[in-house]
Amino acid sequence: MAKKDSSLLSMALTMFIVTLAAATALGFVYRFTKGPIEEAGQQKKLNAIQLVVPEFDNNPDAEKYNIDVDGDVLTFYPAKKGDEIVGIAVETFTKKGFSGMVRLMVGLLPDGTINRIEVLKHTETPGLGDKMECSKSDFHVQFEGKDPAGYKLSVKKDGGDVDAITASTISSRAYCDAVKRAYDTYMKETPSPR
Amino acid sequence: MNQWNNFSKGFFRENAVFVLLLGLCPTLAVTTSAINGLGMGLATTFVLVMSNMIVSLAKGSIPAKVRIPSFIVIIATFVTIVDLVMAAYVQDLHKQLGLFIPLIVVNCLVLGRAEAFASKNSFLSSLIDGLGMGLGFAMALTILGGVREILGSGKIFNISISYFPEGIDGMLVFVLPPGAFIALGFLIAILNRILKKTT
Repeated sequence: MAKKDSSLLSMALTMFIVTLAAATALGFVYRFTKGPIEEAGQQKKLNAIQLVVPEFDNNPDAEKYNIDVDGDVLTFYPAKKGDEIVGIAVETFTKKGFSGMVRLMVGLLPDGTINRIEVLKHTETPGLGDKMECSKSDFHVQFEGKDPAGYKLSVKKDGGDVDAITASTISSRAYCDAVKRAYDTYMKETPSPR
Repeated sequence: MNQWNNFSKGFFRENAVFVLLLGLCPTLAVTTSAINGLGMGLATTFVLVMSNMIVSLAKGSIPAKVRIPSFIVIIATFVTIVDLVMAAYVQDLHKQLGLFIPLIVVNCLVLGRAEAFASKNSFLSSLIDGLGMGLGFAMALTILGGVREILGSGKIFNISISYFPEGIDGMLVFVLPPGAFIALGFLIAILNRILKKTT
């Protein structure tokens, strides 16, 4: 490999060209795959809605509405049977994850009781914070059927009712933060939950 | 070394996993099932072949002192491409392999072949070396994944062939990390015994 001398100029030039070529190639591939990746994300959202609210026969995605909260947006997907709302799927977020943004799909019953929660997106530590995912532990189960009016949505360490994931207090706190945001916003914008 | 030997050495004589013992981290971590092992092996093969090709083409132009950073950038670019393409077209496998796709960048096998072979050999030899080592790696991962899947969950490629008594899916230990080490250890021993007998 030592055919080319390692002068400062040749080293800098080589690195510049290599990284320029790399960036160009990645730019193209990113553009090309952006569409399918977004579609996959959208499909994941729709699957999550199915899982978190009771049976419905409308198209929640068609009737969705947004509410601005804390500098970002919560999306509400009403699930109906006939004309009656059987549940609301709330796409919520928290910025307090250990490694950044965590997005959840929280299924609420019309009176605000939590039905089920699915994780949409996160970058928490594998083996620790990623246990918030339904397939990785039973952490999410304790929220099901709880009414946040009486059930305190914070970890026991903070005086709440939630059993945190072992060694992942920050991720657990973030999860509670996202669920609380969904519940509080829902209760605020719904005049009188049935 | 003729091209056939160059290609076939990656499967048995110089198999990355069973003989060279390179890239063991992803090997142990993702082989919970045969399909995961195969997917990871093929993704690694793609990166290995592409990076070997580019490195052997560029070998006259990269100053010796920046060769490692250059190799890493080249390898990381192809890994990112694989990651994006998998996220777009095979989401389930992508989710299963998760963190380990980006970790292909630091798979010793990839950087090792770039430094030890591609930077010193022709384009064609490097391509064939990459293909042989990569497919040998994929074969090793698929075998290990298959063994762990059959013993651990009574299935192979998700098809149930359970021979365990009613109610037992399999020996859970083989789905977990300790089982990976145990299974790999046995496979290395068996293969090296066979290789010893034939040389």
